[in-house]
Amino acid sequence: MNNLSEQIAARFGADAIRGTGHFPATVPLLSIPRDGFEDAAILMKKVGARLAAQWAVDETTMGRAFAVIACYALESDYLLVRCEIPRDDPTFPSLTKKYIPAFRFERQIESLMGLVPVGHVHSDHRPWIKFEDWPADAWPLRKSFDPAQKMPRVPGEYRWARARGEGVYEIPVGPVHAGIIEPGHFRFQAMGEDILNLEERLGYTHKGIEKRFEALSWKDGVRLAGRVSGDSTVAHALCYCRSLEALCGIEPPPRALWLRAILLERERIANHLGDIGAVANDAAFAFLLYQFSRLKETLLRLNRRLFGHRYLMDRVVPGGVAVDLTPEGTEAILAELDWLTDEFERLITIYDLNPSLEDRVRTTGILSADLARDLGTVGFVARASGQPLDCRVQTPFPPYDRFPPSMTVLNSCDVHARVWVRVCEVRDSVRLIREFLATLPHGEILAKSIPPTPHASGFAVVEGWRGEIVYWLQAGGEGVINRCMIRDPSSVNWLGLEQAVLGNIVPDFPLCNKSFNQSYSGHDL
Amino acid sequence: MLRILHQIFRTGVVTEPLPAEVEAEVVMVGKRLEEAVRERFSRSLVIREVDAGSCNGCELEIIAMNNPIYNCERFGISFTASPRFADMLLVTGPVSHNMEIALKRTYDATPDPKLVVAVGDCGINGGIFGESYASLGGVESVIPVDAVIPGCPPTPTDLLAGILAVITAGKEQDFV
Repeated sequence: MNNLSEQIAARFGADAIRGTGHFPATVPLLSIPRDGFEDAAILMKKVGARLAAQWAVDETTMGRAFAVIACYALESDYLLVRCEIPRDDPTFPSLTKKYIPAFRFERQIESLMGLVPVGHVHSDHRPWIKFEDWPADAWPLRKSFDPAQKMPRVPGEYRWARARGEGVYEIPVGPVHAGIIEPGHFRFQAMGEDILNLEERLGYTHKGIEKRFEALSWKDGVRLAGRVSGDSTVAHALCYCRSLEALCGIEPPPRALWLRAILLERERIANHLGDIGAVANDAAFAFLLYQFSRLKETLLRLNRRLFGHRYLMDRVVPGGVAVDLTPEGTEAILAELDWLTDEFERLITIYDLNPSLEDRVRTTGILSADLARDLGTVGFVARASGQPLDCRVQTPFPPYDRFPPSMTVLNSCDVHARVWVRVCEVRDSVRLIREFLATLPHGEILAKSIPPTPHASGFAVVEGWRGEIVYWLQAGGEGVINRCMIRDPSSVNWLGLEQAVLGNIVPDFPLCNKSFNQSYSGHDL
Repeated sequence: MLRILHQIFRTGVVTEPLPAEVEAEVVMVGKRLEEAVRERFSRSLVIREVDAGSCNGCELEIIAMNNPIYNCERFGISFTASPRFADMLLVTGPVSHNMEIALKRTYDATPDPKLVVAVGDCGINGGIFGESYASLGGVESVIPVDAVIPGCPPTPTDLLAGILAVITAGKEQDFV
């Protein structure tokens, strides 16, 4: 039984109505009156649940107005709490008094759906993702908004947080950064070399992904999901497919489930390898960057040879996978893992025994355990700050239920911890892939497709290499996607970076940033 | 330190020697690239990469072009932080509405003569993101484009071949 939904049911009684047509049944959707929305948050906070996501939906085409949904999570339980918002009073109770991640979730809801949070703790109504040069009434997620329109630019100014005082100065960085990376703006307030404050301003890569889903077929949707954040293409495609499969009642064949897990772990290893080297490089130890990028490249090449794509795009599809693995392929992966383990351990010894590197990565960029929890961080960022969160362990789907990943949780909360969690995960993913290959079931790799029931909704979480990805899909009329809500781990973890750099020196920012390595595209959508 | 040296000598030079299959292309393309870079850019082609709204897939491959296996620097290609030093802009797309101004400014900041290469299917026509209130589609809708490199994402070999094609074409411009 779901502990969170029992709590809400006990508090709200007959006022909490369990939604039908929402899947999977293990994640209930409870509708409560709008004026109880904040009370529900207070209750959830009291039992220790985190706010995993918060979003709005326009249900005009279904004969209703708007709704705001909050997703709470505690260990293996997820719960969706929904309240309806009338068209003539588009406001909802703010959850910012209780939950810090609600700050950005609600700015996003207000910017893109035009629903105003009431009782916001700092009255922060600055646009988020939406820029100040968009017309104020451009709310792209509303059904009345024509996505094909060319948006005019209007004059406007973003109000930055400012620090004042003798010797205090400001450093603006971006959106076009020095390296080959995604665009975003960082504004530092600094004194001497110390960072007093960092304010992120994201949204530069906003491509209208959530709106775009509404114009695509269910089948094409997975291609778009696979391009929400290119480096997490397997995880995003998988999360889209799992929410769609929950919605439609599709059960992929066992072989497909195993192959998906193999692809997911290969994506994890490839990204971890690249980033461990990149962190070392930002501490001026280029040797490890080149060594680790050599290992990563080897993995990518085998991906291409066995699965037809270096990053495994479009290999996970609704109902299963688009590519099978031959016995020769299995042998090739096993041989590669043996080689990789040997090479990897040599390099990790070098990482571990290098005092000048240690001097840079230890006690740098500390995100305290309390902050990591309160900010709602997920994935390796959370695990490096003492938070035991991993969807593969807490809400496992096959084959993870049979072969539980071992979760590494560290408490030093610094750059080194974020690297070391990933070192342990590379080792564990190698073990998992070996287990999956040894037990790979025979048979089909694709289930028959079943069309979604109109107005039904599906929810899924998947632990990508960055952490928990959340998808909520809602079917409109026949064959139409009414809403596809995506919460990339970056949406919450970017908050962690702002806090982790405080008190560090400006030259350590790239190192801190690389140790988080969050996605701009996954955040901006 | 001994471990580092040991690892360096153990690894040897991994940069593609004369490998089989597709990889032979890297060296063949590379040789011609080197000649073209020597001739037209005084041995050094400097690129500023601009992500104008991509999903970051193309960035992964542009970074891979710099790994020790492709090692594009041996052909005289390097990446710069400042557009002021760049001969070429390598732009990934689609161009988002929110990046339009930054892309134009980067283009203006790059001295003439300059080359612009649109990378990836999205850089060509917006790809799966199409054209919308938030996505302006391909790079050409915002700045002039000299060449395109298709792919989702284009592989490092595709990128090297694409760069070769653009610097050997259009010989009327003098970069030296």
